[in-house]
Order: sequence, then C-alpha cells, then structure tokens
Amino acid sequence: MSAQPTNTTAPDVVNIEIDGKALQAPKGSMIIQAADKAGIAIPRFCYHEKLPIAANCRMCLVDVEKMPKPAPACATPVMEGMKVTTQTKRALDAQRNVMEFLLINHPLDCPICDQGGECELQDVSMGYGRSVSRYVDRKRVVPDEDLGSLVATDMTRCIQCTRCIRFTADVAGTFELGGMNRGERLQIGTYDGKPLMTELSGNVIDVCPVGALTNKVFRFRARAWELVARESVGYHDALGSNLFLHARRGEVLRTVPRDNEAVNECWLSDRDRYSHQGLLAADRATRPLVRDGDAWREASWDEALALAGKLLKDAGESLGVLAHPATSNEEGALLAALAKGLGTGHVDHRLRATDFADAAFAEPFELPAAELENADAVLLVGCNLRHEVPLLHQRLHKAGKRGAKVFAINPVDFDFTFPVAGKRVVAPSLLPGALAAVAQAAGATLPGGVPAEAFEAAQAMAEALKKGGQAVIVLGEMAENHPQASWLRATARALATASGARLNRIPQGANAVGLARHGLRPQGQGKDAGAMLAQPMPAYLLYGIEPQYDFAHGAQALRALAGAKVVAFAAYASEELKKLAQVILPIGLLPETEATLTNLDGTDQSTQAGAKLPGDARAGWRVLRALGGQLSLPGFTFTDLAGLRAGLQPQAPVAGTGLAAAPTSEPGLERIDSTPIYRGDAVLRRSAALNAHPLTVGARLVLHPEDALARGLSEGAMAKLGDGHGNAVLPVAISARVAKGAAWIENSYEATAPIAPAARLAVVGA
Amino acid sequence: MADDTAIAAPPPPPPFVGPLEDRDRIFTNVHGFQDWAIDAAMKRGDWDNTKDLLSLGQDAIIDIIKASNLRGRGGAGFPTGMKWSFMPKESKDGRPSFLVINADESEPGSCKDREIVRHDPHKLIEGALIAGFAMRARAAYIYIRGEFIYEAKVLFAAVEQAYAKGFIGKNACGSGYDFDVFVHRGAGAYICGEETAQIESLEGKKGQPRLKPPFPAGAGLYGCPTTVNNVESIAVTPTILRRGAAWFNRFGREGNRGTKLFQISGHVNKPCVVEESMSIPFRELIDRHCGGIRGGWDNLLAVIPGGSSVPLVPAREIMDAPMDFDGLKALGSGLGTAAVIVMDKSTDIVRAISRLSYFYKHESCGQCTPCREGTGWMYRMLTRIVEGKATLDDLHMLKGAAGQIEGHTICAFGEAAAWPVQGFLRHFWSEFEYAIVNKRFYVDDLAKGQVATTEQAA
Repeated sequence: MSAQPTNTTAPDVVNIEIDGKALQAPKGSMIIQAADKAGIAIPRFCYHEKLPIAANCRMCLVDVEKMPKPAPACATPVMEGMKVTTQTKRALDAQRNVMEFLLINHPLDCPICDQGGECELQDVSMGYGRSVSRYVDRKRVVPDEDLGSLVATDMTRCIQCTRCIRFTADVAGTFELGGMNRGERLQIGTYDGKPLMTELSGNVIDVCPVGALTNKVFRFRARAWELVARESVGYHDALGSNLFLHARRGEVLRTVPRDNEAVNECWLSDRDRYSHQGLLAADRATRPLVRDGDAWREASWDEALALAGKLLKDAGESLGVLAHPATSNEEGALLAALAKGLGTGHVDHRLRATDFADAAFAEPFELPAAELENADAVLLVGCNLRHEVPLLHQRLHKAGKRGAKVFAINPVDFDFTFPVAGKRVVAPSLLPGALAAVAQAAGATLPGGVPAEAFEAAQAMAEALKKGGQAVIVLGEMAENHPQASWLRATARALATASGARLNRIPQGANAVGLARHGLRPQGQGKDAGAMLAQPMPAYLLYGIEPQYDFAHGAQALRALAGAKVVAFAAYASEELKKLAQVILPIGLLPETEATLTNLDGTDQSTQAGAKLPGDARAGWRVLRALGGQLSLPGFTFTDLAGLRAGLQPQAPVAGTGLAAAPTSEPGLERIDSTPIYRGDAVLRRSAALNAHPLTVGARLVLHPEDALARGLSEGAMAKLGDGHGNAVLPVAISARVAKGAAWIENSYEATAPIAPAARLAVVGA
Repeated sequence: MADDTAIAAPPPPPPFVGPLEDRDRIFTNVHGFQDWAIDAAMKRGDWDNTKDLLSLGQDAIIDIIKASNLRGRGGAGFPTGMKWSFMPKESKDGRPSFLVINADESEPGSCKDREIVRHDPHKLIEGALIAGFAMRARAAYIYIRGEFIYEAKVLFAAVEQAYAKGFIGKNACGSGYDFDVFVHRGAGAYICGEETAQIESLEGKKGQPRLKPPFPAGAGLYGCPTTVNNVESIAVTPTILRRGAAWFNRFGREGNRGTKLFQISGHVNKPCVVEESMSIPFRELIDRHCGGIRGGWDNLLAVIPGGSSVPLVPAREIMDAPMDFDGLKALGSGLGTAAVIVMDKSTDIVRAISRLSYFYKHESCGQCTPCREGTGWMYRMLTRIVEGKATLDDLHMLKGAAGQIEGHTICAFGEAAAWPVQGFLRHFWSEFEYAIVNKRFYVDDLAKGQVATTEQAA
C-alpha cells in the first residue's frame, strides 16, 4: 500500500494549519478559537468567546486557502486540511482596511477616555492603524443615553461591535440594548431610555472593546496603569465570584472579574462589582470606640481591648456570640476558639434563620454551580435566584436555552429570564405542602407531620425530576429562612432521594458553609441565634453585624441587645450600634484583609488585601488574636496568618432530624420576607450607586390585587400594618405575581425592621 | 481533393437572440392592457390545469426547471433548479420548509417585479404553488416592498381570489397538497431585498443580513429550510412547465437561456419594460423597443446594464454586446436585474455617481464595518468633488476606499456600493480629475463650448 497519512485523530477533531502550524481543532469550532488556543494573535472586536458570533466588525479577516475572499476567522468553521494564513498581504491589508474604517468615525479622544490604556481599539490600532488619518470630514457624533447609576455612556466612541447587545440578549437574557437606525447612523441604545435593569449590567463595560460603555462609579477616578490589582472574591453571595480589586494608594476604585470557569466564568454581578463604593462610608469605624456614659470617645486599642476582654470574661458562659455569615474562616475559627475559652456554647452565624429544629447548617451544593447549566430539570423552592445569586441564575438561563425544564414553588412568581415549565405560587405557609405534593407524586415517603397539598403541576414536576439526566432541587432564601424550614429541608431531601435529583441548598451568607465547618455554631447545649435573641442574654459579642438589619427580626434583636452588654466588632460605627454597644472594635472588611471563604461548592477561596485598612482599624483575626492573647485563652499562640491557618481544623457539622411544630392558623396576611438584592449587608447598604439602581425599590408592601381590593388599597397608597408587636407604614404596590393572602415585604430597610419575618399582618389604609 | 469529400458536421445553429415573437412571451399582460384579476388571468392561460403540472411530481418539476437552464432573475443569476434541489426532500425533525418570494424590488432602475405584481399577479401565485410544491414547502411568503402600495393591494386581492377558487390553501388545485401564500409588506429598506435580511425582517426583526453558513436552505425563516426566489424567477415557472424546457432553451446563448424582462430607463426615446430573448444585442433592444438613444447612437455615453449596483459600461463597449449574464460579465459588469440605465452625453458622470453613492450610504444596514463606515466616506469624498473642495489625492483615496469595502462584508451590499464607484472611476477618471482641477464639470463646459472635444481638436 502506498504511504497513507495515518489518521490518528479522534472523529470529532479536524486537522488544520494556521500560519504553517499544524493544529487540531474540534469539528464545528471556528478558526479564531483554534488560533487563540495556539497563541496565534488575530485582531478582533466583535468576537467574544462567551457571546454568540456576529462577525460584524470584520477585523479578523484571514486568508484561507482556496477561498476567493478573506474570511472572518470568528465565523469560518474549521475544515479538515484547511490552511489558514493570518500574515499574508491580503489578510493584513484586509485588517488594516477595516481598522481604518473603524477609526474614521471614532473620536480618538483617548486622553479623556476612561478606557485609555486598556482599550482594545487603541491596542489593535497600534498594530494595524495608520499613524495619520486620511479622513478629513466631520466625524459622527452620537447622543448619549442614561443607562442608570452603574454604566456610563459615550456613544460617540462606539464601534457598533454589538457585544453589549449580545450580552444583554444572550447572557443576561433581558434584551435591553439594541441597534437603532441603520448605516452609519446605527446607534446602540435602549430605545426607551430606561436604565439597564439587569443585575449583570456591569459586564457590558467589560465586553465593550472601546470606551463607549464605562464604569460610572470609576469614571474619571484613575488611569488603568495607576491601579494595583489584587485577587479577591465576592462576599455578598455564597458563589464567591473571583474578582480583582483595582486599588490606587490603598483605595479600591473598581472591581473587575477574574476568570474562573467553575465559579463566575468571566462575569461579575453588579453587586460584587460596585459594592466597594460602600467601603469608605462616612460612619466607617476607624478608631476603637468606648462608651463613656451616653457619649462615645475614641480610645487606644489597649484600652478598648481591655474593656472588651473584661466584658467578655464577666459574661463567661452566658455570653452570646453572633457573627455575620460572611465572616471569614480564620475569624470564624478564632471566634469559636474565643467562645470555647470563655466557656460559652452560645455561638451562631445563622442570623436570618427562623427554624432551627433540625440544626441545619449550610452545606456544599450536591450539583456544582458550574454543572447547573447542564441540568435537565430544576425545581426552585422559595427562591428568587436572580436576586439571591445572580450568576447562578445566569447558569440556569443557559440551561433554559438548552431546553432544561425549570419549575418553581415560590410565594411570589419571580421574574426569571428562562422559561418556567411549571410553577406553584402560594403563601409561605403553603410552601411545605406544595413541595410535599411533588415529593408524594415522586413516590417519596414524607417526613412525619408534613401535609401534602396536591396541585396540578406537581405530577409534571415529579416526573421531570425523575426522568433522569441532571435533576436538581434548589432551596432558596425563602425556604431556608422559612418558619418551617426543617419541613422543607426534610421534604426536599425525601424528594431528592425518591427522584434521584440532587439537592442544592443555597448557603445563607457568603461564608455560611465555611463558618459551619469551622465551628462557629452552637456547641453542647448552646443556644442558636433565634434563641439567643428571643430570650435576652446578659452579654453579646456581635461580629460584623448591623443589628437592625442583619437579623431575621430586627426589632426583637434590638430589644434583646438593648438590655445587654454588647462588645461589637464592626466595620461601621452606625448610630444604631452606638445606642447599644459598650465598645466598638474597628475591623477590616474582606477587601482589606487576607482571608479565606468557602463558597457554595465547598471550595476554599483565599483573598489578598486590596485596600488599606482605614485609620486604626485592624484585620479581624489580629484583633481576635490580641483579645485571646490578653485573656490567655488556649489556641491564641500563633504569631502570623500562616500559623493561624495551620491550626485550622474544619469539620462538617452533623445535621439533626428534628422538625418544627406545625404553624398555628391565624388571621391576617402572611409576610413574605426576602432580602433586597442591593441591601443584603452593611457594605451594600452603603453603596450609593447600587442603592440608586432601580432594583433597589425601597421599603414597600406588595399585595395581590384581590387582597389590595379587599382592603381598599391602591397602588402608591400608604398602608398601616402591624403584627401585634411592631407596626409600620409602607407604600403599597400591587402585583398579581404575589400569592393571594400574602404580603411581600423586603427586609433590610429601616421602615420594615419592626415587622417579624413570619408575621401575620393586619393591613389597613393609612 | 479526396479529403474535401468528408462532410463536416453542420455547425450548431447560432443562438436565437431575438427579437422575441409575441407567441413566445411569458408575460402577456406586462403592460396592463388587460385586467389583472383571476378571470382575465385564466383567459390568458394562468391556472390552466395546474393540477396536471403538480402531478408531474416534485422531482420531475425540479428536473424540468434544471433542464430549462433558468437562472435566477434577482440579479445573481444562480441556477434556479439547482437552488430548489438544495431543499430537504423530507423533514427529519418535523421542521416545515418555506418558500420566500422576494418582491422587495428596490434596486435603482429596476421595475420588472412591480409590473408582474400589478398586472400579472396570478403568474406569480401559480408559480409560488408550483415552486413551493416542488421544494416541498408548506407555504410561500411574498415579501413586497413597502412603497408598492397599489401593488400590495393587487397582490392581497389576487391571493384572496386564488384562495376563493381553491387554487391555493387546503388541497390546492385539487392536488391534495396544502399550500398557503402569505403577503408581507416591507417597510422600505433596500437591504431587505438581500435574502437573509429579508428572512430576518419577515421574522419581525431588524432587517440585517445573516451570517452564512448556515444557508437558508438549511436554516432560514424561523430556522426552517427556506428558499428565497425573485418574483420573475417564480412567475416564469408555470409557463416553462407548460411549454417545456426545450422551448425555454431556444432563447439566448448557452448558459443564458430564456426570456427576460428588460427595464430600460434613462436617455432613450421611449423608456419601457419589455420581455425579450436573453442575449439580445444592446443595440437591437434599444432600437426595437425604445425608439433609439436620445440624440442618436453617437450621443450615447455609457450604460448601467443591470441596476445601479453593477459597474457601468462605456458606449463603445456595450453597443453591440449581448445582453446576458456572461456577455456583460465579460465587459466587467453584470446583467443584474436587467435594469438598463442609459446615459447620453448630457450626463454628468461625477454628479451621477455622487447621487448613487448617497443611496448606498442611506441604505447600508450598518451591521458590518466596511459598509457602514465606507459608504458614508465614499459619499463624502464624492460630495467634496461635486462641491469643488476635493484634491486629486481624494480621488485616489476614493478608489482605495471602494476597494477596501469590496469583498470584506457579510452580504453583497459592500460590492453593490463599491462596484458603481469603481466602474465610474475606471471609465471616466478624467472627468473626475477635470471636476477637481477646474472646480467645474466637464459636461457643463462642453455645453458652453468651453472645451474642445478630441474630434474638434483633431
């Protein structure tokens, strides 16, 4: 036989040659993807590996053997034996010609453009542009649109690559941007002039290759080359998005995503991108503060630590230790050690939970976050995923495009960008019954006492979960913090077992998984967070908590704390905290410290300190080390962070099997309690741009039209509501998306703090 | 001598290149002397036993069209039968197939589809049924140009009439085949005449050409296999089937067979739309049907033979050229839609191309860079030349810019915008130079007697 080339390639791979380099590329992939993998540079503007291909910039034209014209590398699929050259005269001429076209109407205002120094157009024009423009006519001017508080526009700079259009259409799923007019008058905008509503809007800044869309918060603050990048992670949800803090002289000026396919891909939610604005709020605690009668004075660390140590020691085993669930593993472990040394088992971080019967703690996802996009059936329970973990919602959006069936059992018919195959919208008290109906339909043995309340779609949900493939049940905030959360967890577990689906419980807090592992949980007969606040204790240690907002029931917490001695480790010395604390120890926030957080996949992710600690504030672990050393407690002998980390012994907690008591039936509307997307923690509440975003709707009462009608309430009217203990006056919004018999009131607003999380409400017009 | 006794094979007869006799005309009512409506159309032979034509079978119909050598009449001249044969023979995944008929006639100079639609709409609808049946389409969408208000009215009414007679719809013509015809009005965008932009527009989106692949035959309208055909290509198919491929092959030169609607406008004595044999010599076409060139043949300057998007051809080259795809290609131009724009010596070449380039600047969809930015740039440079503000460098830059657009765009609009500029520059470079240097126009000076022609100089 003649010498045949031996074909050793896999069947789904083709052999190609780019610039004389033999490569293998998957069938159906594009030339540019193969070139990128091989490190062969091809200039491009419209192509983005995560966005659908548009091939409209024409910058990536290359020479392909046997093709009569230069072909766009981003839209030309590889073929067996294809020979591509990127450096021939024809290819380079084509690229230079396109570059000239792109520049003729580009303002070239680089000196005043925020993108200067990190601009793809600037970079590529260095290689392909002429040094002097041949274009002598007047350049195009495009009016700007106000896209809201997060994204600034200079549309004259736009090169119409449509990456932003494709991002909002394909990734965010909101279709908020489009191209208006045609020809050289083509302009990108929203058409209706409304701000970008997607919770991922900041990513259009990253995908924009020029300075047309820039970061409004960062605008005119610094040049890219003045910034120092530090690796950190997002700490406003449990996904732990990987990001870079860009700081100048110790101040974080902006946040940009850091690629991690397993976590956030190349995206970042607006919440993680813009929260740095809250770091240096006016009430930031920069010096140790001690109470002096009714007044506060700055004190030295020695004095403040001595006072704190005395208060803690005096309290001893009757001390309640409460930490914010975004507290790092290092701090959490030290807090646990401190509590142990002081002899108290009253330790908890589950601040928003209301049912502790099954002693449940956050646990890693059974189906990893990155795998969610491959799910075939998803059941969301008590979950507004889009606001809870925006980038997980994006993964489900991808799954939805693949044809995954997503179901929802929710108290509100939340707005998702993927099609919902079936849903059940019921008042919170009926959530366990609805989930039980699905479990029953799937043939599960229901945990004792949980009644099943059948509904139409239950059978379809059960069948989809059982059908095979990847099926997952997601328990969200409104399930995890439900007054019968133990019922929901037990029923979901039974359903998962019966159907073969995985169970993903969204950790309630950025580091809830890590804190549970590192022992920041009730020890021995120690009380849980709910019990600690229901029956006031003589003394509390609050770690990173804003008491009026961060607890399930703010008013109750304030009552309990008001009569107690309170040692507060806090980044902010808010007026509310000053009313009840005895000593405030200023600690650093995550972007300012080195720390480790455990994300919802159970992965430990370490951060670098990006910002300088303000004033005398210190990293939390240093303060705890000093305090523990001063009290001569065991476990506080390390001298540096490495020593601290060496001593960590994470251990997953064992959940109990208890079930909450059945709810008593009472009259009144049931409260639906959820956390607003941009009010979830102290830093977010201080971020001006996020609070100005239309997704921050303000304190309000949302009612089903029938409930509103029965009470004579119209949209915008003020309503008085009370749960028997607390009262509030809130503006009314009316939406048929809310379950009948329920009142949706978001927490974390001053006006909604008096209302209990699971209250039955009497509502009348004010 | 003995060798001379061998009889040579007779040479093939020269191709028939016109003039066309009345009995060989397909569009018998193209001038609207008779009623367009269905009764009159049936008297002219439309809808005559269409069931028999359908009963030939789908593959046989495609074979006949292939054998007829019909090339698409929309401008590109792609063989119609071959295009139909790309459509799937059966749906593997349940997707239906569609026929889209392009009646978005917007090419400057082109006005044949309009005459067909308003005077002979039943030829089109019958053709839609036959073509749709042959390519196993579920329905035909006729995308009619938004400005054609009267024509759209006629077409809507004609479709109604065809439904009422049972010719289309369920069990069309009693053939057992279900076939619907929908008429969709455009909104006045030239680019929606590009097949993929037309599909986007039909789907309710902004009319912008799609990337190919996938080609419409694989994933077109609503992601289903689709063929987009010009009105004339579809409207001639019933007649081809009735009279046979051999009849159609009698006209025109090899590879350019059939009859064709020519639309002659500009500086002829009687502009008209006329059906003629393909490959008819230009001179005969003009003399026979248009009463000659205004001012005589010596007064002819140049001709744009296929609608504004093809390069122009100077008088001496076109006078005796055959009007067909290959003949005009050999002259560096193209047959396009056979929209013949005749320019006599009163035409100012500079201002003519300046106006044409405004059209392309205005109609570019703006999707891809070279066309979006380049059409405006070309227009501005030409405007500067017209306004007497240009330099000779600008002229070279203009030539360069046209070359930079051509071949670099998603759809053929780039070529459509660049070719006329290139054609004008190629043949009349000196007139542009004259305008730039003197800041006056050559024709104006000629009329005033301020310049001597070469003949006068000699």
